Amino acid sequence: MNAPFCPAALQPAPILPPLPPGTGGMDLVEALRGALLALAANRLRAVLTALGIFIGVAAVIATVAVGAGAREQVLAQIRALGANLLMVSPGSVNQGAVRLGAGQRPNLTWEDAQAIREGVALLAGVSGVIRQQHQVVAGNMNWSTGILGADPDIFAVQEWVPESGRVFNAEEARGARKVAVLGATVAEALFGDEDPVGQPIRIRATPFEVIGVLARKGQGPQGQDQDDVVVIPFWTARRSVMGAWRIWAHAVSWISLKVEEGEEMAAAEEEVRQLLRQRHRLAPNEPDDFILRNMAEVAATRDASARTLSILLASVAAVSLLVGGIGVMNIMLVSVTERTREIGLRLAIGARRRDILAQFLIEAVVLALLGGAVGVLAGIGLSHGLAAAAGWPVLVQWDAVALAVGVSAATGLFFGYWPARRAAGLDPIAALRHD
Amino acid sequence: MLIETEGLSRHYAAGEGSVVALSDVTLGIPPGELVAAMGPSGSGKSTFLNLIGCLDRPTSGIYRLMGEDVARLSPDALAGLRSRRLGFVFQSFHLLPRLDAMANVELPMVYRGLPRRQRRERAAAALDAVGLGARLHHRPTQLSGGQQQRVAIARALVNGPDLLLADEPTGALDTRTGLEIMALFQALNRSGVAILMVTHDAEVARYAMRVLRFRDGRLVANERQAPADAAAELAALPAAGRAA
Repeated sequence: MNAPFCPAALQPAPILPPLPPGTGGMDLVEALRGALLALAANRLRAVLTALGIFIGVAAVIATVAVGAGAREQVLAQIRALGANLLMVSPGSVNQGAVRLGAGQRPNLTWEDAQAIREGVALLAGVSGVIRQQHQVVAGNMNWSTGILGADPDIFAVQEWVPESGRVFNAEEARGARKVAVLGATVAEALFGDEDPVGQPIRIRATPFEVIGVLARKGQGPQGQDQDDVVVIPFWTARRSVMGAWRIWAHAVSWISLKVEEGEEMAAAEEEVRQLLRQRHRLAPNEPDDFILRNMAEVAATRDASARTLSILLASVAAVSLLVGGIGVMNIMLVSVTERTREIGLRLAIGARRRDILAQFLIEAVVLALLGGAVGVLAGIGLSHGLAAAAGWPVLVQWDAVALAVGVSAATGLFFGYWPARRAAGLDPIAALRHD
Repeated sequence: MLIETEGLSRHYAAGEGSVVALSDVTLGIPPGELVAAMGPSGSGKSTFLNLIGCLDRPTSGIYRLMGEDVARLSPDALAGLRSRRLGFVFQSFHLLPRLDAMANVELPMVYRGLPRRQRRERAAAALDAVGLGARLHHRPTQLSGGQQQRVAIARALVNGPDLLLADEPTGALDTRTGLEIMALFQALNRSGVAILMVTHDAEVARYAMRVLRFRDGRLVANERQAPADAAAELAALPAAGRAA
């Protein structure tokens, strides 16, 4: 092998040139290198420890993504509905001492709708609406769908625009003409790729002419298909389709109305309420016999419940981060004990206490960040997997990703501090003699 | 004087009272000497080494290293002294097993904040000076005991210390390898590094130019002597039946 060692060859002169000054302290790159080396020496242990953080971070990102996706969907629905939509539906009524449940007596009428139109300012549109489920036939195809009898205002109120053809006008409504506007789903079911405009259809044996098809709106706030609908004039519906009820010939299923863009919803709501109470001759101490609903509020309620779910999931994720952090602390304590002699040596060769503290803190942070980084990737993957598999809308939130990474670093710092302090506080002599 | 102590004492709390590990040591050691501290276990020689090495602080007394009073310095200031002025060699080498020889020797310079390139150059030079220029990238487990101790000596030298402290440096080595380490110490000493080694082995103490004898925590003798020449004894040894 090598030549025999001959110390006599050493000259009686300094063995090494004078030491350059240096910066007087360990730099961060060295500390990081040391941390990675130490972790690499115990790969399996590092991976298992990081797993706790990994699961927490992945869970945070996936749940936040699902929550954000759900919220985005609700917001899209509110946008689709128009945020300033109000719905009035029949409420409970007192008949003598008997309280009837909501909707049992159809006490809202088409005339109520007309009164609102004339009596309340700042409205973009009002329509009494009657709805029944019926079979619609075109040629040899048929389809069961919701038939909506409504005033021409309904198109403005619901923000329904014709994709082809047109919607019916006031004259056609007054004349109770047999014209129909189809939702996209109905048009597709009855006519496939053909253009239905000008084609005849029958609703309960009554022939209609299709004059328009509505642009697609997608899912409504309760998950229903908003395009599965046929809209015909209100009085056509009353006379030719629904069969007039003798007593409640003018009853409506509900009244839809839209407040002018930029106007105060609460004020408009109150005006409508007072007008209807007056028309229904309700005494001041009597409750409303109708229900006034703000569609944005309905959507917001759903949003709130989605948010509650998100918070619940996020707290589960937080708990798993906590458990992961305790895992980091545990393993760092083991590491400090195992490396007591190393700590003693480092102190002997010139490490200050803060160098030792930094070494173990950085190791803990690197460990937690490794788990966090892989967790971010897994969380994003999981989000997309959920989106694809369950069909949930999913939206990866980059601020949540940044937060998760920050939280995992903070976890490492927090749970690494105590073990690191223990390491830095060791007595060098005892540490060097440690077995 | 390199080392000056006056009434240096160290007591340890034990139960109700205290144990006197070192009591009233007063001495002066000029620069450039190779000194052996001798005595049976419990005699206080290791406590003396720890105090001189700034790993411990005296209960009472004065200790000046190169004229600087270090007895009352803060732990960080002591770390600075260890980094600048002192080098340590231990009986059990204390190399970090996951680092190669080069990285082990680099370690003291890491705490001085030297850039990597300078560290590597210097570590290679130090390893070369102890005869391990061909084994820079061996891990401690791939080296013999003597080679490991030489890596440790290179590590102790690399910051250019004024004093090298050795705690039973040959305790874990066979006679021949121990002799090689002594020859290396004597060579280093000739090149200007003062060495204080603790040993219980009278054989080893022969190579020192000054011997301090401790008994029951007291310094009982402080004598200069003519050192034996380790290199000459090594050359005179019959070629052992093992390859270097």
